[in-house]
Amino acid sequence: MTFFSTRWLFAAVLGLAMAAGLAAPAEAQKRQNTIRFAYDQVPENVDPFFNNVRIGVIIAHQVWDTLIYRDPKTNEYRGQLATAWRWIDEKTLELDLRRGVKFHNGAEFTADDVVFTLNFVANPANRSTTQSNVNWIDRAEKIDAHKVRIITKRPFPAAIEYLAGPIVIHPAAYYQQVGPKGMNEKPVGSGPYRVVDHQIGRSITLQRNPDYFRDGPKPQPQIERIVIRFIPDRQTQVAEMLSGGLDFIMNIAPDQAQQMRAVPTLQIVSGGTMRIVFLNFATTENSPAPQLRDVRVRRAIAHAIDRQTMARQLVGEGSQVINAICFPSQFGCDASQAPVYDFDLGKARALMAEAGFPNGFDIELHAYRERNQSEAMINYLRAIGIRATLRFGQYAAMRDQVRANRAAMAHQTWGSFSINDTSASTPVYYKGLDDDISRDPKVIELLERGDTVTDPQQRIAAYREAHRIIGEQVYSVPLYNLVTFYAASRDLEFAAYPDELPRFWEMRWK
Amino acid sequence: MFSYTLKRLALAALVALAVSALAFVLLRLSGDVAIAIAGEGARAEDIAAVRQQYGLDRPLVVQYFDWLGRTLTGDFGQSLYFRTPVFGLIADKIQTTLILALAAILFALALSIPLGVMAAVWQNSWIDRLCLWIAVAGQALPNFFFALCLIMVFSIGLGWLPVSGTDGWENFIMPTVALGYYVTPPFMRLVRAGMVEVLNADYIRTARAKGLPSSTVIIRHGLRNALVPVVALTAVQLGFLLGGSIVIETVFALDGLGYLAYQAIAQKDFPVIQAVLMLLSIGYVLLTLAADLVNAWIDPRIRVG
Repeated sequence: MTFFSTRWLFAAVLGLAMAAGLAAPAEAQKRQNTIRFAYDQVPENVDPFFNNVRIGVIIAHQVWDTLIYRDPKTNEYRGQLATAWRWIDEKTLELDLRRGVKFHNGAEFTADDVVFTLNFVANPANRSTTQSNVNWIDRAEKIDAHKVRIITKRPFPAAIEYLAGPIVIHPAAYYQQVGPKGMNEKPVGSGPYRVVDHQIGRSITLQRNPDYFRDGPKPQPQIERIVIRFIPDRQTQVAEMLSGGLDFIMNIAPDQAQQMRAVPTLQIVSGGTMRIVFLNFATTENSPAPQLRDVRVRRAIAHAIDRQTMARQLVGEGSQVINAICFPSQFGCDASQAPVYDFDLGKARALMAEAGFPNGFDIELHAYRERNQSEAMINYLRAIGIRATLRFGQYAAMRDQVRANRAAMAHQTWGSFSINDTSASTPVYYKGLDDDISRDPKVIELLERGDTVTDPQQRIAAYREAHRIIGEQVYSVPLYNLVTFYAASRDLEFAAYPDELPRFWEMRWK
Repeated sequence: MFSYTLKRLALAALVALAVSALAFVLLRLSGDVAIAIAGEGARAEDIAAVRQQYGLDRPLVVQYFDWLGRTLTGDFGQSLYFRTPVFGLIADKIQTTLILALAAILFALALSIPLGVMAAVWQNSWIDRLCLWIAVAGQALPNFFFALCLIMVFSIGLGWLPVSGTDGWENFIMPTVALGYYVTPPFMRLVRAGMVEVLNADYIRTARAKGLPSSTVIIRHGLRNALVPVVALTAVQLGFLLGGSIVIETVFALDGLGYLAYQAIAQKDFPVIQAVLMLLSIGYVLLTLAADLVNAWIDPRIRVG
């Protein structure tokens, strides 16, 4: 969302900053034990169920808690507001709740809070923003003060992951009284930080929750205050970092990150994210490019793109080549049976000739972000005679074209809403839904099985087979995952995770 | 004068109406609002539901008149993104934009009047050239670029001023300079031209002949007369500054109307964009009208012609 192309100016700024020998601006913040963080987007509502932006997710996990917690390092599930859970049958999950947890307003956490929150957000009439996060819930029931049951609409094994991700628990009485609007104005959760000031559209200030429960998976927070400001222009954020007005920013452009490495008071960290990139083909009968209906052409394209080089040169440190349309840490993302297409122009040209296109053909490539990567692909395709024209536009416009089957090739990316389960990625593009432009009945059936059987081994087997078919048929060329660059004051201790969630509760000043 | 005022008023109303229709149509042509609202990963039925829920499935003309009718009664509708009344959002932010625009115009006047006077007094000398150069540089530099240069020097280099925010008066200094400098040239040229004309007038010669000090002649007798057209230009430029602050407010993260407009554009929040656009264009139309009326009042030839 960079407003102006002023990179070169910033090269000069950086030069000047270094020449001026920037004083250590973070010192004062360090003494005050505060982190000043800026983000370019404003959440429409801070209530985690009523926004779908990254900053909303970031705030959600500082201010609220989920029932279950996924350790970002091991991907193991641990109890957070719940202490234990079990499937009673394939649609009933029973959870034991933690005792002695208090919300920021002093209210004690009980089964009523879980039941009210889940029933409220699962009701479509309440218009929770991301329906796919909650529309698997049929209802929640109270068994006793510290035990609940969640009944799903259909067998939904990924429930655990959703309960560890987007589904936070609100204090029932307060939420009932103020609703999502009041929750936005004065948010109340049970998390490691409480909101002490919210200037809508401008800033949110978080303060360490001194009563945060111990023995949970999130440690006691060390940093006293987090000031989150909304600064729409990325260049301004960088300038703030250089002048010492901020301590932490993310989503810096790779070339700018490279330049910022030279500033002695800053540290630049890059981390792979869950957002995967792939080249998607329209292969159904009415494909706008009939040539793509021939699997040999699709294989030729897979061999023609040098994914390693693109990941290394264009994306940056932390990017990994993928071999299936899912993020490797996601449950069920098993690409072991999927073929790997190495970069081999000889093979690609032979396949093109075999398919009857020794001189290539003309085609369109639709794309909506990371234009340099689209252009690199166009160059690779040219080497085997495919003359692709770039159709670059807004995401919504591209999606329109894809769904109307007017996009022969689409440069897609997908972030899975940070859900660490394959049901949040592969099925979006291959289970016969709106964005499926290959519509393979066998793949659809396998993904449906993977999404609904409760036995983990059977789930993996179904997804593995689906990935094998998608790979062999090359319905898409899986490319790599994207990277987020963070800039922080040199003295701030932090770790980058694939879910792009800065965990302020585990940060500290050195 | 009365019939002239009436004519101008009618014209202003027509212009505002035309702007509203044009803005409405252009905004709708720029993309499907329903898809934008539904967000990434939305299914066809979600989009259809949004379309129906927000009344976007009705013909464009119906939507326009519906919107116009409500706007005329002071109801700007709900923000699609923040889901709060647009009126409240605008009321929250308008103060910042007004302060910025007024400060910028004062800055522009404070800079351009002395420059214009100096350029006229030392006409065709190196001082004239220098004054002209200072003013023209203001117009030649895109204001976001100038803004970044200011940040580079005063925030990063010297550490005197905060880069961004709306916390205190310090936050307004660089935006005021960046915005005000941009509108300096027309003022400076007008003051210079007026002063050159006035300084050659007979009554100035008389004043000098009376032995009045040079400064009194220039300021009391010269500048006073040269400033009359500047008043009208100030009104027009103020309108321009209200709209021109979108870029500056975004660069400096000043929480005003321009910043709201930028966020609204990024989120395709049509009711907000539409309302801000209407407000800014009506402001511009009214200020231009005021300028016309002032001009006509000063110079009868305008209202007759």
